[in-house]
Amino acid sequence: MMPDLGKYAVPVLGSYAVAIGLIAAIVALSIWRSRRMKRALDAVEARAGRK
Amino acid sequence: MIALLLRDLRLAVRAGGGFGLGLAFFLLVAVLVPLGVGPEGGTLAKIAPGILWVGALLACLLSLDRIFALDFEDGSLDLLATAPIPLEGAVAMKSAAHWLVTGLPLTLAAPVLGVLLHLPGEGYFWLVASLALGTPALSVIGTFGAALTVGLKRGGLLLSLLVLPLYVPTLIFGAEVVKRGAAGMAVEVPLLLLAGITLGAAAVLPFASALALRINLR
Amino acid sequence: MSLWEYANPKKFMQTATRVLPVVSVLAAICMVGGLVWGFFFTPDDYKQGATVKIIFIHVPAAMMAINVWGMMLVTSLVWIVRRHHVSALAARAAAPLGMTFTLIALVTGALWGQPMWGTWWEWDPRLTSFLILFLFYLGYVALWQAVENPDTAADLTSVLCIVGSVFAALSRYAVKFWNQGLHQDSTIMKVGEKDPLDPAYYWPLIVCIAGFILTFVALVLLRTVTEIRARRLAVLTARERLA
Repeated sequence: MMPDLGKYAVPVLGSYAVAIGLIAAIVALSIWRSRRMKRALDAVEARAGRK
Repeated sequence: MIALLLRDLRLAVRAGGGFGLGLAFFLLVAVLVPLGVGPEGGTLAKIAPGILWVGALLACLLSLDRIFALDFEDGSLDLLATAPIPLEGAVAMKSAAHWLVTGLPLTLAAPVLGVLLHLPGEGYFWLVASLALGTPALSVIGTFGAALTVGLKRGGLLLSLLVLPLYVPTLIFGAEVVKRGAAGMAVEVPLLLLAGITLGAAAVLPFASALALRINLR
Repeated sequence: MSLWEYANPKKFMQTATRVLPVVSVLAAICMVGGLVWGFFFTPDDYKQGATVKIIFIHVPAAMMAINVWGMMLVTSLVWIVRRHHVSALAARAAAPLGMTFTLIALVTGALWGQPMWGTWWEWDPRLTSFLILFLFYLGYVALWQAVENPDTAADLTSVLCIVGSVFAALSRYAVKFWNQGLHQDSTIMKVGEKDPLDPAYYWPLIVCIAGFILTFVALVLLRTVTEIRARRLAVLTARERLA
């Protein structure tokens, strides 16, 4: 299954690892911030609605 | 507008800070680099154009936050914004004042520091010419950066971060002129491009700076 | 029905939250599909060996790095001219993404350069321009962070983006003038000309580019919605404190 990368294994795997890692990080960060903001907003809106 | 220019000059000379500081910093760079690189004349001569330009650029950067900061604090910037002269003109005068107290002394001091760095003989004329042509652009671009960050509490570091990328073309063409001049090659192309950047920046950027100032004073 | 309808935050939120799952799924399919195709099912290049597989990350990331700045420029102009808040917030949402793509392009470029050119870093025009682009992104994001009033921040960053674009273009030409490069020219647009990109690489690359674009769209929608919520939250808490 694993292709033979020969002597270039380190740069190729490194590139994929770095790219996937960075994209995963920014996706996770975006989702985390989105969730937190939605929760906070919902809480405040619920409070505002009661008054 | 002339009165504004004279006022800024008088303030700069009396306060004493900006005037001497930039020059002293420039001198320090020219002294520290050989201490770090080693005293071989050949190496120094090769990197002298770059070092002198980077030194001038950093010395210019040092005094940028003073352009608007004092006027902002004591409220005279609000007066300027509501004054009958256009804010664009006032901003251009501020840049001119900044150039007269930093860019011009740097240009005049550069040949002396060129001696310290073993700049080849053909390079001196082009060093002065490129700095005289290029430092106004540094002042104008720097004024734009200062206008963007005028109201901020810790604007100094941010100012450098914003302004340094904008300095890239000026630095490249300016250092290229000196490098080619020192090597005895033709310098017309980078010199013309450098002049183009300076004139273009001086023509357009005061409008952007004035816009940024109005936003910050709102 | 016009594009400006989406300048209304409420309308934008509705549409964005409806479109977001679809785009996210498509993005994931293209991204995973393209990368798996590129990594496992492409032959080695006769000259570059296995390193050719890096193309599937490097090229889309580099394209996006530039195009995201272009999108920020357009949204900044829209904000300056028409004062639509969604536009300014979209620019704010896009900047960190562009920065990430620039970083990916730089790192994969360095990893590629090491075996191919024998050096991690070369002061080549393309590489240098990307480094400068990264600095521009850094300054832009820092300015957003530093200014407290959101409308002032939007105005200032828009001005910076427009002026920065001019200087970024200037830097590109200055850097080209300063040093001739090692970096090969782009081959992706050369289909049908001589020396085209081999079809074995072309199609997975297209899928990867689609994956990067869709990922960017999905993230920008998500982050813009987040920014709109953040604005609303700030307004509501301020109102609460007053009441």
